Amino acid sequence: MTDNRRDSSFTFTIDGVEIKAYAGQTIMEAADAAGVYIPRLCDHQGLRHQGSCRVCTVKAGGRSVSACTQPAAPGQGVENETPHLTKMRRDLVEMLFHEGNHLCPICEASGNCELQAMAYRLDMTDATKFPYLEPCRPLDASHPDIALDTNRCISCGRCIRASQDVDGKGVFGYVGRGIHRRVAVNGDKLADTNAEVTDHAISREVCPVGCIIRKRVGFVTPIGEREFDKGLIGHEIEERRT
Amino acid sequence: MTEPAPPELPRARIATASLAGCFGCHMAILDIDERLIELMNLVDVDRSPLTDKKRFTQRCDIGIIEGGCCNEENVHVLHDFRRNCDVLIALGQCAIMGGLPAMRNAIMHSDAPLRECLVEAYISGPYIRNTTHNIPNDPALPLLLDEVYPCSQVVEIDYQIPGCAPSGDIIFDTLGALLSGRFRGFERDMIRFD
Repeated sequence: MTDNRRDSSFTFTIDGVEIKAYAGQTIMEAADAAGVYIPRLCDHQGLRHQGSCRVCTVKAGGRSVSACTQPAAPGQGVENETPHLTKMRRDLVEMLFHEGNHLCPICEASGNCELQAMAYRLDMTDATKFPYLEPCRPLDASHPDIALDTNRCISCGRCIRASQDVDGKGVFGYVGRGIHRRVAVNGDKLADTNAEVTDHAISREVCPVGCIIRKRVGFVTPIGEREFDKGLIGHEIEERRT
Repeated sequence: MTEPAPPELPRARIATASLAGCFGCHMAILDIDERLIELMNLVDVDRSPLTDKKRFTQRCDIGIIEGGCCNEENVHVLHDFRRNCDVLIALGQCAIMGGLPAMRNAIMHSDAPLRECLVEAYISGPYIRNTTHNIPNDPALPLLLDEVYPCSQVVEIDYQIPGCAPSGDIIFDTLGALLSGRFRGFERDMIRFD
């Protein structure tokens, strides 16, 4: 951090708590540093911000904005954990569940899945009011070390950004528009691409759900002893709070 | 001066049923372990596989449903529970969202999905040994539905206890809180979908 940036620090508030920020920081970056967790799915540490899942929506100056892309502004009042925003986030997560085929009991990502963990955090336990779309989506097990179960893809695009920006490969990309927008591989099937199991895009932390599967390691950690069995999603950020 | 003893609560009546489930959620009820004795001091069990009663003997306070609806008998039982229970609880992921049986929903996108499913299950599947080459069609068998439905898409569900299977703790805590009128939602760290 340069002295120049330190000079340009200012404060704003999230739910009444004063947060320090630097010019150019997004609301979420400043909140993370201060130990205030804002729920997110398409944003991931080390990848450029996209602002597409809208789970991080906050109210800033009375307007709904995605906290991962909106720059923090001096003196601004930001609402994060209000009943209204929590309900909206829960509905968003529920719709993501219903848009694909998310059967937690049969998914090897269960317990490590950020979508599922977000449902836990947002208390997604009431009887649903949304229909299940139950789409028919392909399974691509052509690659010797990697499988893709696109039934579980939530189109967050984290693998796209990781492959392009970190691996310098471009294995994944978006195709289609609107509700038909999907993550596709750069070829007829994954085996035709230059994807490797050592790519950052294939690593466990990049795919938030169980779509990108590394073969032969699925149940190395048993159900019940996984990441979000040990604590709510976001607890490591909240523990930074002083 | 000692505190006056709390007024004794009238015993509640509960009923349970397993629809399109694996009976794992009923096993999970047994995971309450020795606290079952505590629970049994508060409730009488009416219609349930635990008592082997096949019909309601009287109106119940709480009905507990395991499993979703995959055939017409499931729908019939679920309607019967809704009619006879004040509070209806969907227990476990199958009752909440269809669960494993609902895997057939996503693969059924042809013109005759049910037939395709049955043909693969009984005739054309690579690991089938069915010497009669027939799809079971005894009139006593309940007809399959076109899809597997979560309970909340068939009747109104009051509470859903998540898990596959739910832990004995979440079942015990939820029932205890409901019986004493203190239920205010689940502890976040007890919510599991697996």
